[in-house]
Amino acid sequence: MTTTDEKRPLTRNIRAGAEPPDVSAYEKSAGYEGLRAALKMTPAEVQDCVKKSTLRGRGGAGFPTGVKWSVVPMDPRARSPKYFVVNADEMEPGTMKDRLLLEGDPHQLIEGIVIGAYAVQAARAFIYIRWDYKRAARILEHAIREAYERGYLGNRILGSEFSLELHVHVSNGRYMCGEETGLMNALEGKRATPRNKPPFPQQSGLWGHPTIVNNVETVCNIPHIVRNGPDWFKALSRSEDGGTKIYGVSGRVKNPGLWELPLGTPLRDIIEGEAGGMIDGYGLKGLLPGGGSTDFLTPDHLDVPMDYGSVQKAGSRLGTGTIVVLDDRTCPIGMLISLEVFFARESCGWCTPCREGLPWIARVLTAIEEGRGETRDLDILQFHTKAIRPGNTFCALAPGAIEPLESGLKFYRADFERHISEKRCSYK
Amino acid sequence: MPELLIDGEKYQYEDAHKNLLASALSMGFDLPYFCWHPALDSVGACRQCAVKVYRDENDTRGRIVMACMTALTPGLRASIMDPEAVSFRAGITEWLMVNHPHDCPICDEGGECHLQDMTVMTGHNYRRYRFDKRTHRNQYLGPFVNHEMNRCIQCYRCVRFYRDFAQGSDLDVFGWHDNVYFGRAEDGMLESEFSGNLVEICPTGVFTDKTLKRHYTRKWDLQTAPSVCEHCGLGCNTIQGEHEGILRRRYARYNPNVNGYFICDRGRFGYEYVNSARRIREPMIRGRTASNRAPAAEGAVAVNQMGNTILPSEAAESALEAKDVLARAAELIAGRKVIGIGSPRASVESNFALFSLVGAGRFYQGTPASELKAVRRIHDLLSSGVVPGASTQEAASCDAVLVLGEDVTNSAPRLALSLRQASLRKPEAAAKAEIVGGVQSWDDAALREAVQSERGPFFVATPAWTKLDELDGSPFRGAPDDLARLAFQVAHLVDPKAPAAGGLSAEAARAAERIAAGLRSGAKPLVVSGSSLPLIEAASNVVQALRSGGLDARAVFTVPEANSMGCAMMEGEGIEAAAGAVERGEVETVIVLENDLARRLPRASLAKLLGGRARIVALDHLANATTEKAEVVFPAATVSEGDGTFVNNEGRAQRFVQVFNPRGDVKESWRWLGLIMAEIAPDRRNPWPNLDAIQAQAGAALPQLKALSGIVPGAGFRAVGQRIPRLSHRAASRTAITANVTVHEPPPPVDPDSPLNFSMEGFKGMPPAGLLARYWAPGWNSVQSLNKFQVEVAGILKGGETDRLLFPGLGAARAPSYSTALPPAFAPADGELLLLGARHIYGSEELSNHAEAVAEVAAKPYVAVSRTDASRLGLAHGGSALVRVRGEELALGVVVKDDLPAGLALYPVGLAGEGYLELPAPAKVGPGRVGA
Repeated sequence: MTTTDEKRPLTRNIRAGAEPPDVSAYEKSAGYEGLRAALKMTPAEVQDCVKKSTLRGRGGAGFPTGVKWSVVPMDPRARSPKYFVVNADEMEPGTMKDRLLLEGDPHQLIEGIVIGAYAVQAARAFIYIRWDYKRAARILEHAIREAYERGYLGNRILGSEFSLELHVHVSNGRYMCGEETGLMNALEGKRATPRNKPPFPQQSGLWGHPTIVNNVETVCNIPHIVRNGPDWFKALSRSEDGGTKIYGVSGRVKNPGLWELPLGTPLRDIIEGEAGGMIDGYGLKGLLPGGGSTDFLTPDHLDVPMDYGSVQKAGSRLGTGTIVVLDDRTCPIGMLISLEVFFARESCGWCTPCREGLPWIARVLTAIEEGRGETRDLDILQFHTKAIRPGNTFCALAPGAIEPLESGLKFYRADFERHISEKRCSYK
Repeated sequence: MPELLIDGEKYQYEDAHKNLLASALSMGFDLPYFCWHPALDSVGACRQCAVKVYRDENDTRGRIVMACMTALTPGLRASIMDPEAVSFRAGITEWLMVNHPHDCPICDEGGECHLQDMTVMTGHNYRRYRFDKRTHRNQYLGPFVNHEMNRCIQCYRCVRFYRDFAQGSDLDVFGWHDNVYFGRAEDGMLESEFSGNLVEICPTGVFTDKTLKRHYTRKWDLQTAPSVCEHCGLGCNTIQGEHEGILRRRYARYNPNVNGYFICDRGRFGYEYVNSARRIREPMIRGRTASNRAPAAEGAVAVNQMGNTILPSEAAESALEAKDVLARAAELIAGRKVIGIGSPRASVESNFALFSLVGAGRFYQGTPASELKAVRRIHDLLSSGVVPGASTQEAASCDAVLVLGEDVTNSAPRLALSLRQASLRKPEAAAKAEIVGGVQSWDDAALREAVQSERGPFFVATPAWTKLDELDGSPFRGAPDDLARLAFQVAHLVDPKAPAAGGLSAEAARAAERIAAGLRSGAKPLVVSGSSLPLIEAASNVVQALRSGGLDARAVFTVPEANSMGCAMMEGEGIEAAAGAVERGEVETVIVLENDLARRLPRASLAKLLGGRARIVALDHLANATTEKAEVVFPAATVSEGDGTFVNNEGRAQRFVQVFNPRGDVKESWRWLGLIMAEIAPDRRNPWPNLDAIQAQAGAALPQLKALSGIVPGAGFRAVGQRIPRLSHRAASRTAITANVTVHEPPPPVDPDSPLNFSMEGFKGMPPAGLLARYWAPGWNSVQSLNKFQVEVAGILKGGETDRLLFPGLGAARAPSYSTALPPAFAPADGELLLLGARHIYGSEELSNHAEAVAEVAAKPYVAVSRTDASRLGLAHGGSALVRVRGEELALGVVVKDDLPAGLALYPVGLAGEGYLELPAPAKVGPGRVGA
């Protein structure tokens, strides 16, 4: 085990600008050893191992993966086949971490899928991939062919009793398709509207069968956990939740990019360390810590460790862990417009607050930015931030859209008021 | 009984399988909603029914949940009035109104709009949204339903009804975010036979009644009464609305025993015949010009008809004429050899009146003997309890279905909607059992997700393709007698004591195995049949065999017309016997009751009956081939204009109540017949001055009609001393409508037959269920106010019975009595095809053919042949054929049908202007035209 493997398991095979490892190269880096180990365990043991690792979902919601799996009915009378789905519909604004893993080390994902499917005894798996990720889809298709040829997929995998079919499904390209129940509807060929829970996907998911939907980064962790054990995984982290995290920074920093770092690395280390700090002449005004649907944090929060609990305590969410930086020469209202226009456009149109509320927000923000704002517009925005709450809407899309708005109204209220009173954008 | 708390008050609930919204509405709360519908259940889309729930008594903050998605649990603590919930609900309405055009004054939904009601209920008043509204292009959806998408609030109920419930495919939702569009992929008529229900399903004015639009009246100005549909034998309940002498529209009247919330499009849009220019409005004596007035043109109505008020001069003139005509009729009847021909579309009372007038033995059923035999057999099977029936609505609860020889969508359309639900019962039950943690019965989306495209055992055995074929993986095709043989074999396979049908083809034998196994796998299997005697016997054997195996098997038999069953319950031979009696010169006068004999008798027999050997006295609604030959004609009231009772296919007697007093001297046939009897009687006594009287006499004379009395309270009933108004409390025009003639307000006409008033005055509370004239409750102006009239949502109505089942239904278990009348296998005669009648929802029913919208889409004559026969006979699709059948020669367009077995041909029955053909019949079909 190399040092890199030990510290950065997810990206150990990824070299900037290089082609991803083929199956032989992957095997040489202890690839598919996690699978061999898993097949010697019972499915319950694999589930238990993942549960003990304290791995939490890396797609944004942060739900403990082992707990998610443990709800899948293992009774042989449960509906079959069961499904294991990888959510590769990465569309969170500012987020491109899964792309790195998809393009950089496809077999790592495939191995994770086979282990995950084995753990819940799913006979079919899908990688639901974003429409724009054409290169990733091509790389995956190739890797899947290799995996079938080597017996890592298909009937009686590596001579075991376990069989799995794996398909790549290229999405039609909507943000809503990344919501796990919307994803399942889309995969079934239906409109990507969300589903109510319960029943949970583990009870009645794809085509009404027990289904697991996991994020790419989450699944990529699985082979390493099984191969090296939960304690090793927990030790990777600087927080109470195990593992590393792929963090990203975009915006006006000197060195935007993605880095695999221990979970719980402080914001300052990421922004000022890895990303090199702000470009000269720009100051840090704020940041979205985990993609477009997380609350703003301010320069005062730079010592917050980037883990689930700490970011939440600071008033935001770890989300996807990909940081979007707002500098002091960019209009925060302008930034909110591009986010809210996106979220309004991506609403599926199913529930009222999202369908009608988000476009209204986008129009109000545009009016303010264009100098047509009115004082009561702030009340209207406030009304939306109060009413569009988790539970009030059908799914998490609209509450997510509200997070940057609500925190933006709090931190940049002076900017709003100035836009309205001066009837223009003071950043232009 | 478990309890829950709403706003601190304890409430008991009975049905733990309901959600909090349905329960709260059942308890009488006003909780607004849009996407939920009692028949469609919950999906949680609109977020309008938000309430607060609390963990326990220490939880003071609570959280907002959607009541429609909240299961009832004992001790549940909820608040409707919590300020946060109240303000959230107002916010939802504000959002919904963002793009709504606020065009209520020119919207057909205005005044009965669920969106209006809910907006007022939530308290949202002032628009804060100041940007442009989105607009849509509207579509042409056919002659029934109007489309105005700008009004849409995206509740998704239309597609949930149309696609998920009615299983239609051509209406869908398109687009995303705040640009969601509900319509078809392209302009065109909605394909579902239940599209008209969108008018009631849509909470606002997106889908409205296009026929109403032609003669629009606000709900508050409609004079309404409870009624029963006359367009097929199922007897769906309706509410009809009239204004200024024109019947304006027909809605579904909720009846959990018959049609539930829904009716078919023929039932909804067929009503316009009542306004037809072909209506007979005055009594006539042929050859006497003064009284032989041509029916007035449609446009004359508004000028001449002053609502309910027949002005004195007009009334006097009518009375004078009627007197002459009655005297003439009496001359033709008194002391002469008279027979009466009844009708399956006339009420039991009218048939009984004729029966009474002519006397037993001289009353003939108005239907061909073959049809009569079938209906009587159905009657015997059901009334003896040998074969338990099921109501149209109950059919939906059956979990395995065999459709035997019946094109249900075209012959008994509303039943097809129930059968579509029945196809889901087994997969739903399986899903609930298989899914760990279960699925709530009201969680519509989850249940459909769990069911996917699974369908329960569903078998279609018909001569040709039917729309219900899509529920059966491999529908069976064959001639009617072969279908009967198939079903005999099914019965035999289920119970070896039932006679077997030997010599089946290998395919038929396999089908019988499959059907028997499938039906046996249900707990409550259903067999639907009715079109011929062998099929009825076969269906009876199957049901009895299944019951002998301990299953709760049921039969639904279809009958051709609204009162086929009620009429057949009286003695009387078929119509051919009447024609024979006339031909033999045994008859001087024939009284024809609401019956166009040209639709019942072959040309030759018809010519004999109407050819002048006997005088004809006819009573009917519309001028037709029979009234044209009649010496005396009385204008008979339609169901909209009179009182009476129909007995439906299940044996359920249902009362329809007069909606309005029509222009002219139009009366129920039973009333005219009573007046004729008074004219003849030495003491001039009218035997039945009102409906209660004739019902009492009918019950006294014929014991089987005893149960007709008192289905709804009689004319003497008063609620708190008051009649029940037909007009709403908001009726606008009564005092002004005759002001150009007289400023005195004439007294409203008195209704001698029911406790309803032709007026807005009267009892404002909850009337007896059978007299419910409209759904309207404080704060609830739309049809959704029905919630307030049910004991619990989607349950029975408050206020007693609406109908009466005449047959016992489920009795004690009995030993099966199997029919052994196995018909011989069909063997095509050399050079001949077996011509079968095909029914069409639009075109095969007499009265609706005179409704403008239905006529527009009615089927045209054709002959359908198989591809094999087409190439053998040199016929091409779209070409013409000469059909020689029962001595007639018909030139018809050719339709080549791939699914039709060789040796069979189809001909649409009942089309307007086409004569009667007794079918099935052997036919020679070849290329050519008449006379060629």
